[in-house]
Amino acid sequence: MNWLGWLNTFFTDPARHSGPDAITHRIAEHLAFCGEALLWSVLLAVPLGLLIGYTGRGAVAVTALTGVARALPTLGLVTLTVLLAGVGGTAVLVPLVALAAPPLLVATVEGIRGTDPEVRDAARGIGLTHRQVLFGVCLPAALPTLVAGLRTATVQVIATATVAAYVGLGGLGRYVMDGLATKDFPATAGGALLVVLLAVAAQLLFAALLRYGLPPGLRAQRRAARRG
Amino acid sequence: MDGEPLVRWKWLGDHLGYLWSLTLDHAGLALLPVLIALLVALPLGLLCARLPRLYQPLAAVFNVVYALPSLAVFVVLIPYTGLATKATVMVPLTCYALAVLLPTTVEGLRSVPESVRQAATAMGYGPWRRLAAVELPAAVPYLISGLRVAAVSSISLAAVGALVGQGGLGYLFIDGFQRTFTTVILAGIVLVALLALATDLLLVLARRLLAPWAVREKGAAR
Repeated sequence: MNWLGWLNTFFTDPARHSGPDAITHRIAEHLAFCGEALLWSVLLAVPLGLLIGYTGRGAVAVTALTGVARALPTLGLVTLTVLLAGVGGTAVLVPLVALAAPPLLVATVEGIRGTDPEVRDAARGIGLTHRQVLFGVCLPAALPTLVAGLRTATVQVIATATVAAYVGLGGLGRYVMDGLATKDFPATAGGALLVVLLAVAAQLLFAALLRYGLPPGLRAQRRAARRG
Repeated sequence: MDGEPLVRWKWLGDHLGYLWSLTLDHAGLALLPVLIALLVALPLGLLCARLPRLYQPLAAVFNVVYALPSLAVFVVLIPYTGLATKATVMVPLTCYALAVLLPTTVEGLRSVPESVRQAATAMGYGPWRRLAAVELPAAVPYLISGLRVAAVSSISLAAVGALVGQGGLGYLFIDGFQRTFTTVILAGIVLVALLALATDLLLVLARRLLAPWAVREKGAAR
């Protein structure tokens, strides 16, 4: 049996079209894990990043912390959280936030610190308060970096949420893990393909966001930079 | 979990040799792909730095490759490389490392200012000698920063290989989970993190030795 045959078997199986093992249901579960983890990461990392980036304090600590965080194996964190907290939402949430928050924090800090100092000075010079400078000048200028960081985080989270299935949680990883356990290669291949497609879709979404969703001033700047 | 301590120190003491051999296994599994990727990235990067038309599609492809979930890729490769063979884990890890190293190589080679390149030519350097004496050394700091990212993520990704039967220290997570034995899982997490940190430190040291000017420039900029 080859690849296309497996995928055909997978996608035409009636169990994939209704009930708990339906593709749409698994995708919804997968996206729910990812969405929740990303939301928490944003809530944790962005305010902290704004503070550190604007004051410049603790930037060294951020670099060190993210280095350590990148080295933490998700599979280890998932299994450990399940043993300590039981099977449930937390079991995926903790490792996924540990995965997504650090790159987001770095992106925010770098974006804010990367604001042209002359622009910052000018904003202060025309009488803006620190708060106004941060939210009105630095934050918009940092948006492309921030969105790029969010893209990295999202793609990693989508890819890694697969591991959640190992400890008995849902999502697209179910197909992969159940398929592995029962030597049902069509399910494994189909699940893997769906995760890949989801990750690629997220990439495209963010590419579109960077292209069309930025403030007009930044879009003009990026166009000029591309031409130059 | 009742009565079971978070860490059983005695177990750790009794299994030092076992943990060490898993760590070595893990290092080989995770770092050999990075080495292979480096050997591929150097010539490919040279080519790409000269030919932007080749680089753009390649960069796009590797961008997608980097987004592929490791577990999914391991699984997809099983029919070709076999269950529980090292290749199943090492082939994708090589691709991930290459996805990081190719852009950094190209960026490093392009970092040489045109004036410097012309000066080298004016001093009578041929293209090969200029490459060896000017462009490659200039790329070293970039390469090493790429290697740091690639090596650390490779070490943490390799653990996932345990789910397809080849994961070095990752095996501890599965073992600990099946026996509800937190000591084993914690030992695995700490050893993976330590291996990553040690590798990272070695690379920082390598940068100091190979490109001492990069450290100085960075210090001066602050």
